[in-house]
Amino acid sequence: MKVIKIDQKDWDEGLGKLYDEFRLFGPVKNGDIHQFQPLTKGELPDLNFSNTRLSVKSAVYPQSQVMFEYNLDEKQEGHHIMKPASFDYPARALLGVRPCDAAGFLIAKKNFDNPDYRDPYWCESYEKTTLVGLACDSPSTNCFCTSVELGPYSEQGLDVLLVAVDGGFQAKVITEKGEALVTKAGWDKNGDEKVIEHQREKAEKRVNSAIETDKLAEKSSKDLFDAPFWEDMAFACLNCGTCTYSCPTCWCFDIQDENQEDQGIRMRNWDSCMSPLFTLEGSGHNPRPLKFHRVRQRFMHKLKYYLDKYEDGIMCVGCGRCINLCPVNIDIRKISSKMNNYQP
Amino acid sequence: MLGYAEKIKEIAKGLLKDEKVEMIIGFREGSDPMKKEPCLIKNPEDVESLVWDSTCCMNLANYLTNRTEKIGVLAKGCDSRNINTHIIENKIGREQLYIIGVPCTGMIDRIKVAGKIVEEVIEVTDNGEHVVIKGAKQEETVERRELLQENCRTCTHRNPVIYDELVADPVEEQKDVSKYEDVERIEAMSGEERWQYFDELLSPCIRCYACRNACPLCYCPECFVDESRPQWVGKSNDSTDTKVFHLLRAFHCAGRCTDCGSCEQACPMDIKVRMLTKKLNKDCFDMYGWETGLTPDQRPPLDTFKPDDKEDFIK
Repeated sequence: MKVIKIDQKDWDEGLGKLYDEFRLFGPVKNGDIHQFQPLTKGELPDLNFSNTRLSVKSAVYPQSQVMFEYNLDEKQEGHHIMKPASFDYPARALLGVRPCDAAGFLIAKKNFDNPDYRDPYWCESYEKTTLVGLACDSPSTNCFCTSVELGPYSEQGLDVLLVAVDGGFQAKVITEKGEALVTKAGWDKNGDEKVIEHQREKAEKRVNSAIETDKLAEKSSKDLFDAPFWEDMAFACLNCGTCTYSCPTCWCFDIQDENQEDQGIRMRNWDSCMSPLFTLEGSGHNPRPLKFHRVRQRFMHKLKYYLDKYEDGIMCVGCGRCINLCPVNIDIRKISSKMNNYQP
Repeated sequence: MLGYAEKIKEIAKGLLKDEKVEMIIGFREGSDPMKKEPCLIKNPEDVESLVWDSTCCMNLANYLTNRTEKIGVLAKGCDSRNINTHIIENKIGREQLYIIGVPCTGMIDRIKVAGKIVEEVIEVTDNGEHVVIKGAKQEETVERRELLQENCRTCTHRNPVIYDELVADPVEEQKDVSKYEDVERIEAMSGEERWQYFDELLSPCIRCYACRNACPLCYCPECFVDESRPQWVGKSNDSTDTKVFHLLRAFHCAGRCTDCGSCEQACPMDIKVRMLTKKLNKDCFDMYGWETGLTPDQRPPLDTFKPDDKEDFIK
């Protein structure tokens, strides 16, 4: 790993060079909201943001994605046979990804790329993507990354970590992918790791919020499942998909066919465990018929089942979006505390 | 509305102690300075957690749908009109409810508040006339009126229209408000401009359905967007499908919407979804002189027929 320095002028020029090699994505401000969007030639990412409204996950895992195509016209050859949709992912670079969101990809990777199963769409997209992170110097009040073994300067999942300094950036080049990107951009001035370390220490102290999870591993799933607090915790929930869709780690999807006359596509769309339809079976039976069943599932999955299955922390990167955006102020920190301190 | 909380606690405690109701539906403190969490309270000791302020914007009628218990519920003007609509539509019985009416001077809008300071909002204090908005280092005092939710700014039913008890004397109703200036602006556009307006309005939508689920009117056991046989609308984030969802939902609320603003407050993408429902409210008013939910016994215009209904708009 090396440390480089990128002056503002070199940053602007370097992005111009990268544009020819990568499809660039970065935060763009629309109204009051920053969102990750493809950048046009010459367009600079707007790095003056706290975090994007939604996580960057859709850049790798789009909300809607065509998986197969088919035709139902019996006069045509190959009718009624699913053909993989052509997907050609060009090399891409995501610029200005917050460390929490980058770590979200590593959690999703456990689901999409593991010894039992490899999701070609997610994997190809992820492999072609270079993640250029932006360290976070002003965490928000609902950020709790330092209590999920990450931090505002975490390098997990990143290829390059930018640290904003006067007149440009200091940057850590973390992986070979990152090395290739900075070489193409022509960023080769030596940086100073001490500057980064100094800022990191200050930034970590600014994360004032935490999630309590230390006793979750030793709790029994059944005890937590049967705990009496779920109905109270879930009462306010509207069962909308805001928390799941804005979450950098939620990975669930639904598969749908859409036909137009003789042509059809099979696509997948993000789905949400908050929706009753998520578990509705063909028989009409629904194993999670009540709102509190669904709320319980979301938190048990993130804070207990995942923890037990992978033994690698909780399924949360502490970005705080679900807290910020929940219309009724359901707070994962509060629920985790309830679970963590529960005695049957 | 300052000082309502103590009275609310007192009423709630009495109702639970005397077993007049089995539960109270109100609000409790949350972790976000701009939101309160709807809550359900069964024990008289727990009423201490009840709160009231100008961020209690969610419509509590939404939490009454199909409940079978005897319930004490807090109701602002808009909530009370939705309770009437619920009673008309058999979603709850009047005899099941003890309505604790809350005369309302309007809820403050989280987006407007956030726009007043550059920093993240960490504390909001409403002193009745002014609101003090605090960040880590910044502090701004703003006239309360300036921060009201758009629907509250033009609301003419601030006092509950149905209740068993009021927590305070009625507040003065706003008069001579021009309710539909924004709708009129859109009506004046050419068809093409209007289409572009709706296209842009709805383009940030992520189909999370927070607007639908925050709405007390959207209680269908299966929403048309979730039906698969037949499938009325695609489920992807295709812009046509997204528009179909919003337009059909709005039409389904025609003559039933009280403009409570919950849909807009719930939207994670800050979409002004009320621009659709409001047009239909205006039409219902223009065509039938109808304002939703003012009494528990008059059915909304689109599910009833009267021989003297106006017909001049039918071409």
